[in-house]
Amino acid sequence: MSDPLLSVTDVSVAFGDARVLESISLSVQRGEFVGLVGPNGVGKTTLLRTINGVRDPDSGTVSVDGDRQADCSAQEWSRRVATVPQDTSVSFSFRVADVVEMGRSPHRRRTQFGTTETDRRRIEDALELTNTADMRDRPIDELSGGERQRVFIARALAQDTPLLALDEPTASLDVNHQVEILQLIRALVGEGRAALAAIHDLELAARFCDRLALLSDGAIRAIGPPESVLRSDVLDPAFETTTATTTNPVTGTPIVTAGAGDEIATDGPVDTRHVHVVGGGQVGARAIATLREAGHELSAGVLRDGDIALETAQSLDLPVVTTPAVGRADPDAIAAADDLASEAGVVVLADVDIGPRQWALDLAAGAPATVLVETRPLAERLHAGERARGRYERLRARSVAADLDTLPSAVETAGRAVTRPADD
Amino acid sequence: MRIRYRVAVWSGLLLAALVAAVLASATIGPVELGVPVVAKAALNAVGIPTSLGVSIGTASIAGASVPWPTVDVQYVYPFQFHIAPTSELIVRSIRLPRIVLGATVGFALGGAGAVMQGFFRNPMADPSIIGVSTGAAVGAVATIAVPMAVPFGLQTAAFLGAVVTAFLVYLIATEGGRTPVATLLLAGVAVQTFLGAVVSFLLLQSGESLEEAVYWLMGNLYGAGWGDVGATLPAIVVLFVALLPFARDLNVLMLGERDARTLGIPVEWTKRLLLALSSLLTAAAVAVAGVIGFVGLIVPHIMRLVVGPDHRLLLPTSALAGALFLVVTDTIARANPQELPVGIVTAALGAPFFLFLLRRREVHEL
Repeated sequence: MSDPLLSVTDVSVAFGDARVLESISLSVQRGEFVGLVGPNGVGKTTLLRTINGVRDPDSGTVSVDGDRQADCSAQEWSRRVATVPQDTSVSFSFRVADVVEMGRSPHRRRTQFGTTETDRRRIEDALELTNTADMRDRPIDELSGGERQRVFIARALAQDTPLLALDEPTASLDVNHQVEILQLIRALVGEGRAALAAIHDLELAARFCDRLALLSDGAIRAIGPPESVLRSDVLDPAFETTTATTTNPVTGTPIVTAGAGDEIATDGPVDTRHVHVVGGGQVGARAIATLREAGHELSAGVLRDGDIALETAQSLDLPVVTTPAVGRADPDAIAAADDLASEAGVVVLADVDIGPRQWALDLAAGAPATVLVETRPLAERLHAGERARGRYERLRARSVAADLDTLPSAVETAGRAVTRPADD
Repeated sequence: MRIRYRVAVWSGLLLAALVAAVLASATIGPVELGVPVVAKAALNAVGIPTSLGVSIGTASIAGASVPWPTVDVQYVYPFQFHIAPTSELIVRSIRLPRIVLGATVGFALGGAGAVMQGFFRNPMADPSIIGVSTGAAVGAVATIAVPMAVPFGLQTAAFLGAVVTAFLVYLIATEGGRTPVATLLLAGVAVQTFLGAVVSFLLLQSGESLEEAVYWLMGNLYGAGWGDVGATLPAIVVLFVALLPFARDLNVLMLGERDARTLGIPVEWTKRLLLALSSLLTAAAVAVAGVIGFVGLIVPHIMRLVVGPDHRLLLPTSALAGALFLVVTDTIARANPQELPVGIVTAALGAPFFLFLLRRREVHEL
């Protein structure tokens, strides 16, 4: 094996008494795209900042091509490592071309005022490669998150360094832009260039990276090809959860399913006998009646006083949590409903309204299996922001849909689907 | 458009406007003079230095005579127009020095303001944000109120007060070799408040010289001579030229300090240098003109609206626009039958204009 491009040797970093990185060693070869994965707050960003020179390690060395960071000036080091920061928001109206030109800063002489021929060529190449050339005159603060990310990658390319360090380049993007950005990085690696990127999405990291390094509790727990890192026995201690890994039939790369809840992942199919119903009104009342008729053990809530579903539940003598007819839902009631739901195998959301507090979504997020009955459109039932809409849509994607007549069989179906992706 | 071209065009335009404003200003005063007379007198005053020498003289510092280097410059005056001696005297010895000093002070305040706003990434930052003006005020008012206690002339005392204060604020805000911008800003505000109390106390002690002290505090260019210009202009030009190569670093610093580090900027060193240069620039201006508010705050904002955030363009244009602004406002101050301190005029004209911009063109951020 040739000498690595990047060598991190025994690097330790502490913030006060808190040790963030402990004796980290890592190397990246030319032409390699290495993904840095691990739970939030384990020091991925700190490691990247140690590598790009923003933070000096308390001990250990970082070197690129044999040159130690400690021996290099800021300018010398910035000709070796280019960084795409996690936060690319800019509140000043620099033009896109101006921002990309700043990537040439490491290569200029103090007295140089404008750009040289080489500068202009590198800037053009960077704009071209990242497909940002047609937005060169637009102010950076008017771009979308995905466009801005491409501009910052262009800036890093203009820097003309052998190593790219990227901190969550896909964090704020929707899924098609995530893939686009990672494809771009994948394509840029090679020709002697290498990339090290913190990526929180394990599946995307597995699809695009040559190797993954799993960081947890300040140390590298595993490093190697994605298949060797994305294994339950490796991931579970790091993420402190239970995971299931399978293979994506399209890409052939690993899929990780995390946070499904211990009892489900280990005990097999869900106990569908006990069902908790959320949602009131006619639909809630009929859901309760139908499921009771089908022989399920039921609980319900949070329901408002005077709700017809509450009357139904009370007439059937079901455990039910109530809150006053008007005003915000009582937090104690929400907690009690959560307790009831946690005993159930399946939670049915019957035409449920989503308030600003989003407690119904919280409750559903903790449930092993969920069934959605939807008669009114979501827009009528959503009384919270875009984030709540996103959460609801993800919930819908992993739930079984049913109308009132098919509800009992839907509950059985939901009980058989053991694994599901985690709600974020 | 290439940046060099844009800088040349904008600077050329502003410079032409400045020269026009200087000449127009020189026609205005108790004695009305025509533009041709003023132009001839001004050209007569243009000297081309032909030789430069340094001789050691003596200066009196704190009552003691110490050797002091003086610079001897020989000039050749290429223009010899014939105009009435009184007109020549009025233009050359009374009006022009004051106007040129105003332009110099405005140039310094506009340029320093652009640096400070970029440096602090804060739209409220102006050249006095780290206490430079208040420090100068302490020095100046102390000289006026208790002359016996201060062994310097007023301008030297004001300059020293400004520089010492800036350095003090910097020291307070620095810990372990790092100077967080927010800490610097807060330390500046606190020190300004404290020194404001000192100035108020000194004013109470000033007795009969109260009027003079208040007049200085409001900022004015009254009675300026070529000596003031000679002491200020070269220093300000040198400091400004020293700042220019850092315009690109300022751009990069606007993206945040971490980003700047990854783009090869030695952040703390650059911040120290920018702070020192812009504080000296402000101190030199304030020492001769008193506290002239608002120029360093609004001129860079206006120029940023016009030319954009690139400091390679913003720095020279803010400086030149600051010079233009102060020449115009001081002319207004001077034309008033009862001469006004120019600080009153800059604030009275500048604030409404700035509010107008704020409402119309959304100056919410830098």
